[in-house]
Amino acid sequence: MKTKVVVAMSGGVDSSVAAALLKQQGYEVTGMMLRLWSEPGKEDSNRCCTPDAMALARRVAARLEIPFYAVDAKEIFRSTVVQAFLDGYDRGLTPNPCLICNRQVRWEFLLDHALALGADYMATGHYVRLVAGEDGQRQVLRARDRSKDQSYILHVLSQEKLARALFPVGEYPKTEVRALARQFDLPTAERADSQDLCFLGGEDYRAFLRRNAPGRFTRTGPIVNRAGQVLGRHQGLAFYTIGQRKGVGLASPIPLYVLEKDVATNTLVVGDEHELGRSELVAERVNWMNGAPPAGPFWAEVKTRYTAREAAAVVEPLDGGSVRVCFDQPQRDITPGQAAVFYAGDRLLGGGLIT
Amino acid sequence: MRLPLSPEGDSPRRNFLMVKAMDTIYLDYAATTPLEPRALEAMLPYFSERFGNPSSIHRYGQQAEAAVDTARETVAGVLNCRSEEIVFTSCGSESDNLAMRGVLAALREKKGDRWLLTSRAEHHAVSKTAEQLSDQYGFQLEWLEVDEFGRVRPETVARALSDQTALVSVMYANNEIGTINPIREIADVCHRAGVYLHTDAVQAAAYLPVDVAALDVDLMSIGAHKFYGPKGVGALYVRKGTPLAPALTGGGQEFGLRAGTQNVPYIVGLAEALRLTAQEREERSEHVRPLRDRLVGRVLEEVPESRLTGHPETRLPNHASFVFRGVDGNLLLTLLDGAGFACSSGSACKTGNPEPSEVMTALGLAREWALGSLRVTLGVQSTPDEVEAFSKVLPGLVKKARSLRAVQA
Repeated sequence: MKTKVVVAMSGGVDSSVAAALLKQQGYEVTGMMLRLWSEPGKEDSNRCCTPDAMALARRVAARLEIPFYAVDAKEIFRSTVVQAFLDGYDRGLTPNPCLICNRQVRWEFLLDHALALGADYMATGHYVRLVAGEDGQRQVLRARDRSKDQSYILHVLSQEKLARALFPVGEYPKTEVRALARQFDLPTAERADSQDLCFLGGEDYRAFLRRNAPGRFTRTGPIVNRAGQVLGRHQGLAFYTIGQRKGVGLASPIPLYVLEKDVATNTLVVGDEHELGRSELVAERVNWMNGAPPAGPFWAEVKTRYTAREAAAVVEPLDGGSVRVCFDQPQRDITPGQAAVFYAGDRLLGGGLIT
Repeated sequence: MRLPLSPEGDSPRRNFLMVKAMDTIYLDYAATTPLEPRALEAMLPYFSERFGNPSSIHRYGQQAEAAVDTARETVAGVLNCRSEEIVFTSCGSESDNLAMRGVLAALREKKGDRWLLTSRAEHHAVSKTAEQLSDQYGFQLEWLEVDEFGRVRPETVARALSDQTALVSVMYANNEIGTINPIREIADVCHRAGVYLHTDAVQAAAYLPVDVAALDVDLMSIGAHKFYGPKGVGALYVRKGTPLAPALTGGGQEFGLRAGTQNVPYIVGLAEALRLTAQEREERSEHVRPLRDRLVGRVLEEVPESRLTGHPETRLPNHASFVFRGVDGNLLLTLLDGAGFACSSGSACKTGNPEPSEVMTALGLAREWALGSLRVTLGVQSTPDEVEAFSKVLPGLVKKARSLRAVQA
């Protein structure tokens, strides 16, 4: 019996090549694609699962002669990912929906479907590498192509999930993945990479918030500086992000940046560039890739956003699944709701949500 | 030559070319059927040496024309009508379109009648056409309600008829739930009011007699691939004297009702497949009916919260259809395919966006039932072993589908 793999396909080049590589390696491959949620009336603009993307994934499956199935995930996507997105903004956070999607939709809901279909593994087109550690556990390594590395998002996976995971494109640079797509003659070879959140359909998140939770985020309040001086009024805290400069709407001789959002007093705190940045953060709900927190503080490279550069820091495990992270240098973009993710060299150690 | 069609006999199976290349058991004969090898054989010369255009004067043309005329006579023989009452089309849907658009356009021209009556359980070929005729062409549309079995009652038709009614269209047998409509009774009601009746017999033709004189219909659609003929060819019976405007204009082919060079090999294939279907109708029915009955019994017995949809008796003999409460029909089909069984559903959507079909809704089923529909349709190649294997696997898969996802109302 061949080993069975379900490939989570998106109609993009990476998951297509993942499927092609696995097929070439002799696995029995099945394609599955999630039908995600889109705003009513905007079903054609969801970036990952528009009818076009699905038609493309179907063509890839036909090209590879593998079965392909669509799985309806609208309800779970809406009730977990979209809901957490809205709730996060409500609490003054800048949530990262991809983390929730990977934890609850892709690596739980879809994985369950794959296993129900008899799969031994589920594969995705993520750029990460997976190796067996000395203790038999699975270790996640950053992708060979650092510029495409997606380990930040996958810090949410447990050993149990990793034991079922395959990431075939993590060994390749993106350019080579495209070349492979051409070699395999896949119709997705020239498809542009997706960037934004799938359910925003390329639109600014602020318009989405206004439409989907009218009234909830539009409570105006004061804009103050660190000295407590009132400089103006904001349009609702959800519409600002830490580090944001443009669009704050203040006339000032020096550029002002969003420093902090105080939900309790509905206050937006701004300041100049020198005031930006923190040396410390606390992250909660930390997932440790090897399943348990280390005994004490340790040095690590820490990423505070998907696109941020890693910075040296001491990570100190606290009680209740949290950590304190102290950076060598102040970091500009520490944003509550995003994840702080820890590495030792290429190896992913874990991560949690910045409070 | 008659073929043995006993469940044990393997000759009808051997007679089909469908290669069992996939290890999936095919239980979706209402979607389409494999091509009857004897029909294929009849078709082959018309792809090569007998390639002529039936409209041509020369002998090539005459040869092709003769093939089309012979096919027309064969079809007319099965339908018990005159050969000039048969129009060849490209499929069942085109036949439906020609019937509806053709009669309505002609009658509006002639008498000004604008009303069209059709049932809520029709195939999209009829219902979408009816909607467009109403939305864009100024015709008036009234939907006929169906009973809990999806049947159109003659009284319902009688109540809806008026002197403005141009056409009634009611399907002979339902594709999703297998229910057979009382076409003859509906025809009587229509004709008493001087109204024309069209029936979509696409799903029915594989198993039910398609004698237009006995049914007393004015127009009847069939499509070849449902009765072991090729895809891409259909026919419409048009009773002589029925006003009909062509839906496809151009050359004078098909009595000026359907322009375009005839698809000679496919027309030959349709006729041969239909001839064999008529000849073997009893045997085929006797082959599938007990298998179907066994399947229905097993499923209803062994799957909790399951129901048969459609009429328990007045239904196509190869047709079983169910709803399971709290199941995503799409997911069930995926699991079934994964387990090696090809079936279908009334809510199937290849893009994973399940919605209950109009037919399920017309039956009055609640959403949590209607989303969990399953259609299992047998054919001459089906065997007791296949039914047994399916019956064994289904309860576990329904359970799995339920545990993966709770479908709510």
